[in-house]
Amino acid sequence: MKKTAQRDLFPGALEMMILRILKRQPLHGYALLQQIKRTSRDLLQIEEGSLYPVLQRLLKAELVKAEWSVSSTNRRVRIYKLTAAGARHLEREVSSFEGMLEGITRVLAPEES
Amino acid sequence: MNWLKQLLSRRRLRGELSEEIQAHLDQKVEELVGDGMSKEEAMRAARREFGNLGLIEEDSREVWRWPSVEDFLLDIRYGLRGLRHNPVFTTVALLTIAIGIAANAAVFSVVNSVVLKPLGYPKSEELVALHQIAPGAEGLADFERGLLLSPSMYFTYSDHNRTFQSLGVWVAGTANVTGLAEPEQVRTVYVSDGVLQTFGAPPAVGRWFSQDDQVPNGPERAMLSYGYWQRRFGGDRAVIGRNITVDSRPKEIVGVMPPGFRFVDADFDVTTPLAFDRGKVILAGFGYHGIARLKPGATIAEANADLTRMLPIWMDSWSNGPVNNSHIYEQWRITPMIRPLKQEVIGNVGELLWVVMGTIGVVMLIACANVTNLLLVRVETRQQELAVRTALGAGWMRLVRGLLVESVMLGVIGGVAGVGLAYAGVRFLVAIGPSNLPRLNEIAIDARTLAFTFALSVLSGLLFGLIPAVKYARPRAGWALQSLGRTISASRERLRARNLLVVGQVAMALVLLMSAGLMIRTFAALRKVDPGFAEPRHLQVMRISIPDSLIPKAEQVTRTQNAIVDKLAAIQGVESVGFASEMAMEGFDYNWDQIYAEDKVYADNTIPPLRLYKYISPGFLQTAGTRLVAGREMTWSEVYGLQPVVMVSENLARELWGTPSAAIGKRLRENLMMPWHEVVGVIQDVREKAVQDTAPEIIYWPALMKSPWGPKLPSAVRTVTFAIRSERAGTESFLNQVRSAVWSVNSNLPLASVRTMQEVYDKSVARTSFTLVMLGIAGAMALALGIIGIYGVMSYTVSQRKREIGIRLALGAQGGDVLQMVLRQGTKLVLLGVAIGIGAALGLTRLMVNLLFGVTAHDPVTFAAVAVLLVLVALLACYVPARRAMLVDPIVALRYE
Repeated sequence: MKKTAQRDLFPGALEMMILRILKRQPLHGYALLQQIKRTSRDLLQIEEGSLYPVLQRLLKAELVKAEWSVSSTNRRVRIYKLTAAGARHLEREVSSFEGMLEGITRVLAPEES
Repeated sequence: MNWLKQLLSRRRLRGELSEEIQAHLDQKVEELVGDGMSKEEAMRAARREFGNLGLIEEDSREVWRWPSVEDFLLDIRYGLRGLRHNPVFTTVALLTIAIGIAANAAVFSVVNSVVLKPLGYPKSEELVALHQIAPGAEGLADFERGLLLSPSMYFTYSDHNRTFQSLGVWVAGTANVTGLAEPEQVRTVYVSDGVLQTFGAPPAVGRWFSQDDQVPNGPERAMLSYGYWQRRFGGDRAVIGRNITVDSRPKEIVGVMPPGFRFVDADFDVTTPLAFDRGKVILAGFGYHGIARLKPGATIAEANADLTRMLPIWMDSWSNGPVNNSHIYEQWRITPMIRPLKQEVIGNVGELLWVVMGTIGVVMLIACANVTNLLLVRVETRQQELAVRTALGAGWMRLVRGLLVESVMLGVIGGVAGVGLAYAGVRFLVAIGPSNLPRLNEIAIDARTLAFTFALSVLSGLLFGLIPAVKYARPRAGWALQSLGRTISASRERLRARNLLVVGQVAMALVLLMSAGLMIRTFAALRKVDPGFAEPRHLQVMRISIPDSLIPKAEQVTRTQNAIVDKLAAIQGVESVGFASEMAMEGFDYNWDQIYAEDKVYADNTIPPLRLYKYISPGFLQTAGTRLVAGREMTWSEVYGLQPVVMVSENLARELWGTPSAAIGKRLRENLMMPWHEVVGVIQDVREKAVQDTAPEIIYWPALMKSPWGPKLPSAVRTVTFAIRSERAGTESFLNQVRSAVWSVNSNLPLASVRTMQEVYDKSVARTSFTLVMLGIAGAMALALGIIGIYGVMSYTVSQRKREIGIRLALGAQGGDVLQMVLRQGTKLVLLGVAIGIGAALGLTRLMVNLLFGVTAHDPVTFAAVAVLLVLVALLACYVPARRAMLVDPIVALRYE
């Protein structure tokens, strides 16, 4: 562990964030990554390429769907869109994550005297 | 079908993924260049931040993979590569498997076609044979076919039954067809109403017989078999309505039966209606096969009960004439034993075929054991490769699967080759199969055989792959890597599996050789039996029938036959000629009836035992080589003078009067209306039915005699087998002379069943010789495979122990000691195998007891001989490697590593 700030994400975290962002608007891969970086204010260290296996998994599970389109910079890109199943999945994941987070937070909280 | 779409669109997905990633990188580069970076720098940075491009692409694709299928395909590719790289191993293994599978597939196709496949009639599972037995009717009781039906039984069963949709009776025979080309004797089947309806096979052309065709003395009709129609009429549909002359009577052709149609087991050319006269039938006349179609849901037990119920009705409804009590048949204890038609067709061949199938299956097991041995060697040489793969993280399940896929592939490739061989094998089986094998014409390799072969290939692949796979793919990479190149350790453990295989092979080979040995003994015993005729190779037989439409007068029939005898006797090289109503083992139906002896007292209302009746000409005994035990032969003058003379078989003479000579001068008759006939001669017992069946008691009547029934007019036997004793028997020139001799007497007489008595005899023992050949082949294969197995293991052992042997020799052991040591080890295995094999054989040979003759299933001579043979041959197989061990050069052996 060289940099404490750059710890690995736990499994499913990237997936959850992608779904969350796609819920707001359909995006292509690169834009999606920019969005995550911007929103997290670069606190999260994400290997850029790692996005793609996750996107493929989501596609296969039919939580997102993809369409080829042309970007604002006039480039052929694949736009990902949240499906209804994806939205439901996101809700479940977020609520379970919040539960977990709360549990961890409580344990980590300074002891109440 | 989502998964299918995914599977098919995988290639497209790959392209899209690459394009998408490329777009990502391009955008990144663009952005970085926009920030002021140089193009090359930007590209490097983009790559860096993206991560391992190849791995990411791989991971992304992984999502869409079908892991089990793709790994499987990969395993197959590895396996094929492995097999290609070891041509010797692959060839030997494939050959072993292919031959084993071919033998199994061929035998299975016969078993399948004969035993398993339903008969070729519509809803054939409803068809039954109206078989019945009569334990009270002596003479008939041991007759395989039991009691056939009489016409009156047919009428009763047909009128009163509750369990059949339809039923009928039929009988096969021969008839002369004239007016086409040469006169020809054809196979006929006579059918009552209900027979065709029961079979339910629609005619190929025209129509079935109807009830109108069954009117006695009504218009005469005939139907043709498909084959005869093709052969004689070229498949011309216009034959319907034309006439065919059968036994000199024109009959109108009304239809043609479909191709391949047989009456139960009878091939035929022409079939005609029986047209029983209801007003004239009596109780007796038990000469017809009954066939019926059960009502849906009716069981055989119900049908048996139904027949039992109708027997008293039958006895009440008909009689044998005014003097007879119609309930005398109660003492025959007639018992219906209805059988599924398939069983009737197959007879006892099913058992034989299963025995052959079983032995061939064992050969397959031995072959599998050999291939297992080969695989063990191969996997041992691949230990390093396996160890490396394990060290690199391959799970042992994956390794096991890889090895199994490889062995199953061996099995399947071997199976494919085997199917090709099996086609030849089937042809061979059909050729050597008993010509009376039922459903012979149906034997073919069909979908079920192919499925069986495929299953067998995969199964044997798993079987011989399992031991090496489990033994060597276990996770012990460290150990295997350590011992690379060292061959001294753990050899004992490795050898255990191979030793077990050898023991198993020896045991199985012993069982097969044992059964083959028992068949050899059976065959030898059969050859020793005196069948009641001599030198069959020089005995020409042929069948000639004189219909009453051709020669009405009985005496003229006999005179014609006598003239033929004289003409034949004049042919050069003929020693003697005679004729009889049938020769032994010809398989024609016999006459059976009761016989009364003058000096015996018969209780009222009883029927004396039934005896076999034959009619013979003077000179027949001498021609056939059948010995006269006492008295003399009948003479032609007695025949033409209608003298009341008769001859009997030796066993009947002993039964009635104690000794053959005591029989001379005693008198016999068939019924009360017949004059007493004097016994003038006693004839040696003849194995009429088959060599292995006991000789029946026989009455020999003159060829021409006063009819025993009704008005005492002369009555002649019209269908007879001529026997000609000549060294030239069977040659074409001889047969040409025989034909012209017969036709010089009457040119309208066809010759049928022309063969030598040797052929008749061979056909009679065909079942035994077929079994002998099959078990012999199986035994030879087992022996060869077993020897190869033993040799292989012993050679391997020696090569493994080379170092140890070298040390022993260096320390002063003599060559002889080493030889002994290796031999001792081999002997131990072989003896263990022999012991187990004898135990198994004691149990298993009992299954073939019905195929044996003159030898018990536990014949000690066979057992001892086979065991000694096997031990000797096995020791020879051990000796070669043992000798090699003895000649090991200690220096070379020690330098080996």
